[in-house]
Amino acid sequence: MASETIDKTGIVKISNGYRLQFEEAQDTWVLLYPEGMIKLNQSAAEILRRCDGERNIESVIELLEKDFEQTGLENDVVGFLSVALEQNWILIASA
Amino acid sequence: MTANPVNQISTAESDTNDRPGPPLWLLAELTYRCPLHCAFCYNPIGFDQVKNEIDTDTWLKVLREARKLGSVQCGFSGGEPMLRDDLEVLVAEARQLGFYTNLLTSGVGLNEKRARGLKDAGLDHIQLSFQDSTRELNDFLSNTKTFGLKQKVAALIKDHDWPMVMNCVIHRLNIDVIDKIIDLALELGAETLELANTQYYSWAMLNRDQLLPSKKQIERAEKITAEYRERYSDRIRILFVVPDYYENRPKRCMNGWGNVFLTITPDGTALPCHTAKMLPELTFPNAKDQSIESIWYDSEAFNHFRGKSWMKEPCRSCPEQDDDLGGCRCQAYMMTGDPYAADPVCSKSPERHHVDQAIARATQLPAPNPQEHKLVFRDPKASGKLSEGRDGAAILLKR
Repeated sequence: MASETIDKTGIVKISNGYRLQFEEAQDTWVLLYPEGMIKLNQSAAEILRRCDGERNIESVIELLEKDFEQTGLENDVVGFLSVALEQNWILIASA
Repeated sequence: MTANPVNQISTAESDTNDRPGPPLWLLAELTYRCPLHCAFCYNPIGFDQVKNEIDTDTWLKVLREARKLGSVQCGFSGGEPMLRDDLEVLVAEARQLGFYTNLLTSGVGLNEKRARGLKDAGLDHIQLSFQDSTRELNDFLSNTKTFGLKQKVAALIKDHDWPMVMNCVIHRLNIDVIDKIIDLALELGAETLELANTQYYSWAMLNRDQLLPSKKQIERAEKITAEYRERYSDRIRILFVVPDYYENRPKRCMNGWGNVFLTITPDGTALPCHTAKMLPELTFPNAKDQSIESIWYDSEAFNHFRGKSWMKEPCRSCPEQDDDLGGCRCQAYMMTGDPYAADPVCSKSPERHHVDQAIARATQLPAPNPQEHKLVFRDPKASGKLSEGRDGAAILLKR
C-alpha cells in the first residue's frame, strides 16, 4: 500500500517551482506551478501548509492531529502525500 | 512566441447565467517586436502596424487591477518580452502582488545580468522556445541564427534554479524528428516539454499548406511521445498538444470566451484570446481607457461570445454544446467567413469540407525543406504588405 512506499521520517517540502497560496477571489488554497493551478480542498491544503521543509512526515501527522483534535489521520495523510509525490507537488528528503 | 499557454488551467467553470469567474490567466503581450521570424507565429499578420506600446505605468495598472479581480497566473510574452527594458520592474510588481510569474521567451536577450535581475524580481518560471533539435532546422524555421544561443540560455535557466518548460511548435518539417526534440529536452534538463502542434492562425495559416502534417505522421509522433513518456516519467513531463484538424469535435477554445483567459496586447487592447482581433464587428476595449474589471465584466466584446446564447445551428441544439462551446470563433470566421458558425473542425458542421480540403491539399504537396520552400516568414515587411495597414487583418479562406 501507499504507506509502505513513503518514508515517514523524511523531511517534506513543496517542490521547486510550485507555490502554495490562498486565493481570496476563489476563497480557496491553490498550488501554482508553471502555467497551471490546482485548486485544493481543505484537507489537502491543511496537509501541504505543514510541509515546510523542516518537519518530517511523522511530525506533519502529529501536528495535524493536534491542530484538529483528531487521531488516526496517518493513512489519510500518507495516502494524500503519495499522490502529491507522484504528481511532483512535493519532495521528500530522507532524514 | 509559443503556442496556446492556457491549456493547463481547467478549473473555474462559469455558469452562463451567473457572473463569470475571474480572468485567472493574464497574458501580457509586452511587445510584438521579435528578433525571430517564425513562419508559424500566431501574432497578428498586421503586428507591424502596432507602434504605440503602452508604458510601464499602464502595465503596472493592468497588473494591479487584474490581480485584484483574481488573476493568478501571469505570462509575460510577445513578440520577445526581453526587448522591454522594464520587464524586471513588471515581474517584480506581479510577483509582489501574488501572481505566479511566467516568462515566455525565445531566449534572445536573456543574458547573465538580466537573468540575475529577473531572479531578484522573483520570476517563478521560464518557458524557452526551440524550433527544432538541430541547428540547421531551428535556424531555418526561425529565420535566425539562434540555436547555439538557446542552448546557452537553457543552461542559464538551470543555473538560476528556475523550473524550465521547453516549448517546440510541431509541424510537417520537424514532426518526423520528434524523438530528437525530446532527446534535446532531456539533455537540457527541462522539467516539462510542450510539443505544441501548430494551430493554424495568422502566420501559420498563411503557411498552412506547407506546415500541416499528415495523420500518419501525427500518429507516429504520438506513439513515440508515449514511449518516451513511459521511459522517462521520473525526469520529464511531456505534453502533446493535438492538432484539431484531425479531430471530429472542436477544441473548447480558451476554455470558453471570457471565461478564464485575458490577453492584453502591446498597445493595451484587451482580448479574450490572442487572435480574437481578427474577428469582424467587435470593438475591443483598451486597458488605457477602462479598468480591467469593466473590460472583463461589462464590455460588449467580452460578453459577445460568452456562454451559449450567441450560437446558431448546429450548435444551438447540439447535446455536446457544453463540451466545446462551439469551438473556436476565429477558426469559424477564417474558414467560413461567419464568426457565429460552428467551428468547421466539427463533423456536424456543414462546412467541415474546408478542413478536409486543407488536409488533402497539404498532404499532396511534397514536404518543404530549407532549400526549397514557399514559407512566408513573419517580418515587418511582410506584415505591412499582407495587412494593408490594418492591425486586425485576418487571413480569410472564404469570403
